[in-house]
Amino acid sequence: MGHYLGSTFTIAAKDLRSEFRTKEALNASFAFSVVILVLFSFAFDPSSEQLQTISGGLLWLVFSFAGALILNRSFARELQNDCLDALISSPAPAGAIFLGKTVANFVLLMIVELASLAVFALFYESHFGVQLLPIALVIALGTWGITVIGTLFSALTVNLRMREMMLPTLVYPLLIPALMAAMTLTTDLMNGTPIGKENGIWLRVLAGFDFIYSILAVVFIDVVLVG
Amino acid sequence: MRNKIVFVLGALAAGILCWQLYNILLVLPNEKDQGAIYRIVYFHVPAIFTGFMGFFVALGASGAYLATRNLKYDAFAAAVTEVSLAFATIVLATGMIWGRIIWGIWWTWDARLTTMLVCWLIYAGYLMLRRAIDEPTQRARLSAVVSIFGCTDILIVWKSIEWWRTQHPAPVLSVRDGGGMAPGMEGPIYWNWLALMCLAAVLVIIRMRQENMSREIDSLRRLAHSY
Repeated sequence: MGHYLGSTFTIAAKDLRSEFRTKEALNASFAFSVVILVLFSFAFDPSSEQLQTISGGLLWLVFSFAGALILNRSFARELQNDCLDALISSPAPAGAIFLGKTVANFVLLMIVELASLAVFALFYESHFGVQLLPIALVIALGTWGITVIGTLFSALTVNLRMREMMLPTLVYPLLIPALMAAMTLTTDLMNGTPIGKENGIWLRVLAGFDFIYSILAVVFIDVVLVG
Repeated sequence: MRNKIVFVLGALAAGILCWQLYNILLVLPNEKDQGAIYRIVYFHVPAIFTGFMGFFVALGASGAYLATRNLKYDAFAAAVTEVSLAFATIVLATGMIWGRIIWGIWWTWDARLTTMLVCWLIYAGYLMLRRAIDEPTQRARLSAVVSIFGCTDILIVWKSIEWWRTQHPAPVLSVRDGGGMAPGMEGPIYWNWLALMCLAAVLVIIRMRQENMSREIDSLRRLAHSY
């Protein structure tokens, strides 16, 4: 168990270190989120009441698009110099490699999300302050859902010819329950409705989604990576 | 032997469909509220039973492949998924035609409709993934994982969308406490289901044979190139 956690931590630290040195995915992903946020202002009237009811949906669209950029690179970056083969043949279990990469992606995506949240608040006059903790919880749970599915499919599609196209095609339909729950909760919280009896069910959906897919992904990662 | 099975099942399907078509179009009266269009239910409901059953069979076959690594199960899973996707398309198409007449709209984001569409997208992704991988064992392994993730997702989507207000008509079959149909009107649904199951079996057998043959040709080609 100690070896497993140690390997997970090592892989996560390695991924984060190499990303923080180049900041390639971070910069691209953040720039992309800002572009989408600007484009949204043309899709609807940014000052209207309507914005209140769709803000959660907008944010999660931005998050999941930004996520695809980070996740695409997660395993693809190991292809150079056959690093992926070296990783697989290292003593680290496949599950630890997967979890390490998931944790690294989670941290990176959270950074991009917090930055784009700030931009969103600036551009669209939103108020997060009221329900800061619940919003943070929903964002963390939703982001874990995106990264756990995304990292597994990043591993699954890494050797394909059309990797960049296959990943979003496969991942977004699977993410629908998590995104649906996260969008509903975020919209509610941003409008000042606390998580209660009415929308508590969505928190359970989100947590359940994360739990089920975390377990499934760790179980099947051996099949995906090793064979 | 296999040819005989195909012909017998095919003839059975054709026979039942002709008999029921006569029954549905000429014997049964119009429904008192919906008029003639209600007859689409005799294809809509059996198609969805057949399609969903196929997706669960594909889940079993994918699991069996991962457990045994016998490529026959992979060919079976691929064939069943492809045929089920065709039935899912029939469900969506017939549902939309019915919706246009009764609701006045082609589509509504109701629970069942959305679930069916998500299901369709996931399995379309599955088939696209299969096309993107050339190596048979890799293709079998990765698509089995996608099939298992996809099926789990459909269950979650199904449960989570249930909390949305549903516009779709409630179940009318007596086995599900619906009891909304006159006794003579319910029979053709089950007969058509039997016919569609026979048809699906025929298509799966033929498709599986193609899949096995194409794998054989592929391996012969590889063998020829290796000399």
